[in-house]
Amino acid sequence: MAEAQICYRADAPVNATAASFADFTAGSNAAAVRIEPGDDARVLVPHLGQIQLIEVNFPSFGDGRGYSAAQIVREAGYTGELRATGDVLADQFVFLRRCGFDSFAPDKPLDPQEIEAAEGFFPHVYQTSSDGVAAIWALRHKAVS
Amino acid sequence: MYQYDKYDQAMVDARVAEFRDQVRRRLDGTLPEDEFRHLRLKNGLYLQLHAYMLRVAIPYGTLSGEQMHMLAHIARRYDRGYGHFTTRQNIQYNWMKLEETPDLLADLASVEMHAIQTSGNCIRNISSDHFAGAAADEIADPRPWAELLRQWSSFHPEFQLLPRKFKIAVIASPTDRAAMRLHDIGIELVRNADGVLGAKFFVGGGMGRTPMIGPCIRDFVPAEELISYSEAILRVYNRYGRRDNKYKARIKILVHELGAEEYTRQVEEEFAQMKTLGLDPPVAELERITAYFADPAFEQGLSDEIDRADPDFAVWVDQNTHPHKVPGYAVVTISLKPAGGIPGDASADQMDLMADLAARFAFDELRVTHTQNIVLAHVRKADLYTIWQQLDGEGLASANLDLIGDMIACPGLDYCSLANARSIPVAQKISERFADTGRQRELGELKLKISGCINACGHHHAGHIGILGVDRKGVENYQLLLGGSGAEDVSLAKIIGPGFDEDGIVDAVETVTNVYLGARTDGERFLDTYRRIGVNPFKEALYG
Repeated sequence: MAEAQICYRADAPVNATAASFADFTAGSNAAAVRIEPGDDARVLVPHLGQIQLIEVNFPSFGDGRGYSAAQIVREAGYTGELRATGDVLADQFVFLRRCGFDSFAPDKPLDPQEIEAAEGFFPHVYQTSSDGVAAIWALRHKAVS
Repeated sequence: MYQYDKYDQAMVDARVAEFRDQVRRRLDGTLPEDEFRHLRLKNGLYLQLHAYMLRVAIPYGTLSGEQMHMLAHIARRYDRGYGHFTTRQNIQYNWMKLEETPDLLADLASVEMHAIQTSGNCIRNISSDHFAGAAADEIADPRPWAELLRQWSSFHPEFQLLPRKFKIAVIASPTDRAAMRLHDIGIELVRNADGVLGAKFFVGGGMGRTPMIGPCIRDFVPAEELISYSEAILRVYNRYGRRDNKYKARIKILVHELGAEEYTRQVEEEFAQMKTLGLDPPVAELERITAYFADPAFEQGLSDEIDRADPDFAVWVDQNTHPHKVPGYAVVTISLKPAGGIPGDASADQMDLMADLAARFAFDELRVTHTQNIVLAHVRKADLYTIWQQLDGEGLASANLDLIGDMIACPGLDYCSLANARSIPVAQKISERFADTGRQRELGELKLKISGCINACGHHHAGHIGILGVDRKGVENYQLLLGGSGAEDVSLAKIIGPGFDEDGIVDAVETVTNVYLGARTDGERFLDTYRRIGVNPFKEALYG
């Protein structure tokens, strides 16, 4: 388990060892699972009710598959903890948040000042995503919708 | 043309502030180069052979006179007085200082411009038909759809770290002026049986080391599902595109390896879920954007007469103007391909002149073409002579549109760190060899495209004649390709034999044009003759 450095949840970070994706899909009833970039997050969808923590590992920040994995479980209604682990950098932070990550356990601790700055730059978003923030088009057409 | 509202402006201003902070952290050493590299690329900033290069986005190639003046200002203030218009309808500057780029971006933001996602493994600038809104054959203006996609793709959280770069083109006429089927996504706007406008999707085209023509994966996507359908395409790619080998990472390889049918099935499966998620803006948003692209106030009842007394002017009119949908108007293409010049380059003075002409004569609007020229889309025929005279005074009146002199060339080894060979000297020598306008016109439409390496930024696969520069044991060597087209008759050019040295390739081009002149029948273009007679007569002439 990678311990969360930053967590945005009202409840405490889940303190359980995450099962590997292979063990989980082999029939484990674990409440925590860890997925790697090549794992198919959609396989988790029927089991989301039993899961309290999904760790999505980023062995390298440049591999963006974990963003889709996060969106898939959030779109399927998962409300448990979604933790980004591995090579997680401040400049990707906002994108990770937008894809539904609410917990961060980076290999190299993030600088809180940099995170605060990163979160402060963009006042709006152009598209709907798992964070539920209203897109600019929704703000534009608020009055008529 | 489109104008920012407070939201668009806030996003671009935010990007300037964010990038200023990233540059500050790079310069003070907090941010290592391997992390900064990916961030600067997201903002079009490359480290090239001699200096930083910055690529500025010109969405779907459309810009105002004021914006063109700003590009001239940037050329003077931050570069060496010129810029290079690119095959993605953008402009790039070659001599940047890292510490000055935040100020440059702030200057751009002051005229509603930016460099967002002009590089990196993300969705790039969306290209379109440079005659949009003026062409007589279009069923609608494609640019509002491109703008809708621009906004959706800007800072898209899920698609910032794709396996590789991703390029989208949108057209709306049966004539393809944007090489649509050689894009990761090509969209052709069509009307269905009920007359409703929608998008026909082609996915998995591209050039580079493995050129592919994109297959159609859906005949009709309505406006209200455009975004969710695009999102499904991108998600399948983001999840399953290859990441083990950057040369096999483009979506074309995924579509090819899965087969178009299986890829389509996966997209449809994803789309079935995504279209329920509320990702699509209301149609009112497309309508809001479309209103910005309404026709300008064309004068009615203008004459189509042009005084052709000046023979040089008459040649330019014949070669560089196209029919406009409104009587009395013409579409003007300003060639950035003077004999001996660098294709696509323009000086700050030339940019200022083009901006002034647009303001005076063309409803203050210009277009950049993927063939590295500039278009004034709506010009009164009565003003053509004045425009031509002014262009001539700045060296911008080359009457060579679509002729051999109107070639595409990448920056090549003179600037680019990826290149294996120089492109610019080859382009210069060929344009000098064929400098005589009469000789060029005798050859007719002939699209010559030159790339300095296998990555194909100079579109050599799509050239009627293509040239590919390679490194052969430390010596620059040029391969000749024939038979490509990026238009609606899309095809991929084929290498026809052993390569040539720099002077040899110029001779080889002349040789194949001579074969064409000897073999053509009435009205045949070079490409038509090649398709009819095949490669052998060309091979025999070249290699005996």
